[in-house]
Amino acid sequence: MSGGVDSAVAAARAAEVGYDVTGVHLALSRNPQTYRSGARGCCTLEDARDARRAADVIGIPFYVWDMADRFHEDVVDDFVAEYAAGRTPNPCLRCNEKIKFAAVLDRALALGFDAVVTGHHARKGTDGLLRRSVDLGKDQSYVLAVLTREQLDHSIFPLGDSTKAEVRAEAARRGLSVADKPDSHDICFIADGDTRGFLHERLGATPGDIVDAETGEVLGAHEGAYAYTIGQRRGLDLRRPAPDGRPRYVLSITPVTNTVTVGPAEALEVSRVSGERPVWTAGPLPAGEVECEVQLRAHGEPVPATVRVDADGLVASLHRPVRGVAAGQAVVAYRPDPAGDVVLGSATIATTERAGVPA
Amino acid sequence: MAYLDHAATTPMLPEALDAYAATARELGNASSLHAPGRHARRRVEESRERIAAALGARPSEVIFTSGGTESDNLAVKGIFWARRADEPRRSRIIGSAVEHHAVLDSVEWLVRAEGARVTWLPVDDRGRVEVDALRAALDEYGDEVALTTVMWANNEVGTVQPIADLASLCVAHEVPLHTDAVQAVSQVPVDFAGSGVAALTVTGHKLGGPVGVGALLLGRDVACTPLLHGGGQERDVRSGTLDVPGIVAFATAVEAAVKARAEYAARLSEIRDALVAGVRAAVPDAVLNGDPTNRLPGNAHFSFPGCEGDALLLLLDAQGIACSTGSACSAGVAQPSHVLLAMGADDDRARSSLRFTLGHTSTRSDVEALVAALPAAVERARRAGAVRAARA
Repeated sequence: MSGGVDSAVAAARAAEVGYDVTGVHLALSRNPQTYRSGARGCCTLEDARDARRAADVIGIPFYVWDMADRFHEDVVDDFVAEYAAGRTPNPCLRCNEKIKFAAVLDRALALGFDAVVTGHHARKGTDGLLRRSVDLGKDQSYVLAVLTREQLDHSIFPLGDSTKAEVRAEAARRGLSVADKPDSHDICFIADGDTRGFLHERLGATPGDIVDAETGEVLGAHEGAYAYTIGQRRGLDLRRPAPDGRPRYVLSITPVTNTVTVGPAEALEVSRVSGERPVWTAGPLPAGEVECEVQLRAHGEPVPATVRVDADGLVASLHRPVRGVAAGQAVVAYRPDPAGDVVLGSATIATTERAGVPA
Repeated sequence: MAYLDHAATTPMLPEALDAYAATARELGNASSLHAPGRHARRRVEESRERIAAALGARPSEVIFTSGGTESDNLAVKGIFWARRADEPRRSRIIGSAVEHHAVLDSVEWLVRAEGARVTWLPVDDRGRVEVDALRAALDEYGDEVALTTVMWANNEVGTVQPIADLASLCVAHEVPLHTDAVQAVSQVPVDFAGSGVAALTVTGHKLGGPVGVGALLLGRDVACTPLLHGGGQERDVRSGTLDVPGIVAFATAVEAAVKARAEYAARLSEIRDALVAGVRAAVPDAVLNGDPTNRLPGNAHFSFPGCEGDALLLLLDAQGIACSTGSACSAGVAQPSHVLLAMGADDDRARSSLRFTLGHTSTRSDVEALVAALPAAVERARRAGAVRAARA
């Protein structure tokens, strides 16, 4: 229970249908004061208090579990290392993979519990498959697509059939004071939302060149390639405009040469994505090619694709090009379904190709 | 429910609750000059005399406070400030390594904010302060020590300290000794004048009185700078309108607890010994922490190898058994106990510990409930501990 509205309502629903529910708040910071303050976070003392009050109102026991060391190693350190390697990680996904449905679930199972209940907006039906929430705007199946079938079997998502608005209204009806607490959007361990500053503190200044993709000309300088993400347009601070006057975007980041490469928007278009470390949430994919949809970032549009499974992972050939695909994000495969698109599995994006040209 | 956490707080004694309710209906500020004020003042002064008589102090030595934390802060900071103001070279504090956070953090604050220096006295593997360590510290630093502070009995492992020996050393060096006796009063004999200490902390809710009222027994000749300034109600050392019903109930509880102490201690010892034997039979590798003989009669403190204390607490709580891991920080995250670490325990043993404490409502059936629930809880907590260890 993060102290937010979703986990509070999820706990209330689970308790109401007869589960023996115990509320757990994760202490993720070694020093709670250093993480985000105010009402928007998931790690502050105030949030711990909100979670405790929600548990009181629901009438369930409540404990704080200290996961600070594991969170730091598996999520925060990984986040920094991924940026240093020129990739763009999704820490929420990593937290689900390593903390919520691993460290927490393992401990819970050992202590005699059967499952972890979370407030994620996603559905798990009687068939045990993971599906998108009915609220497509709030759907969080993307960040859950790292779960193995076994983890999924021990997970309960009571909110998947409701919209966020319905969840808030229910929280108010249940007398949960977090009913109108704002949604959290930022990364919970970056106190002020300044990711660039956070990385700079940990990785230091590593000045390098910003280079034109077509001419190889040096167009500017940067203080650290980790501060850039694929598809970024703002804040490039280039010395002169492109000859054609069109905006330029970050196309790639090359840690070896510490180079940020920029170019026109159409050069961002990716038509083939390879993924490593696949997880088959719905069970192993059949050999050969599978027609499905893939989503390439949180809240990204799903696109039709042909997915081929190979020894190292998967290759997704997109039926139409997508812009701004970053290595380190997840490629999540869905099978369209009127009862909610089914998550087939996911992999970490390793390389991308645009219209036959490796990026 | 089996409530085995009386060291955290114990239910009010019926006579204390009655005294509270009766006095709370009465009108009057004890500092007012009119008849209702005089009536309230009389209640306070009668209470002061009852507490003084029960604890071997003079009435004027009883300073009412809001409880243990305030009394500890007042003694440590107030005596330090007064002593250093009188003799500027006296800026060192000697304290035991196993003090309650109300003392530890007060001392650390004086180090950070006031330039105090500190000598922490080690304890042996039973949690007992080594008298020779105090002797050595006083021999080395005697003329620069502002005060020494050593608790009468430890709140976590229940070890009773050799206060008389420590006090006589301090007296010889003209250094005031403060002792936090919050856990001791009601369980072991406490005589303020006879002990030779300069200041003693006592609180209501650990002995059957209300929460929010306590006292610092402060020797008549011991200078102490106030923490709270205002009306100067308590010997000009402590200000704030006196909580008359709280003070009357506190005095009632102290008087009753001290009067019944010997019989009470014998009864608690018997239940506690049954608890220790029962836990050992249920979990043969459980380790009893603290001093096997010099300990509070209501305290049993174990380490359960391979378990995390907070996992055990959760599992026992689900079975209706209330106990404690000993210490918690503001976010509710258990830290390994500084007391266990000072006793030479490693991090794992410190994290695997659980405290069971008895009080006036404890019975053998509480012990039976614990012993019945413990094996399954330990087995599950071990599985959880193994999951953690496998990763580390």
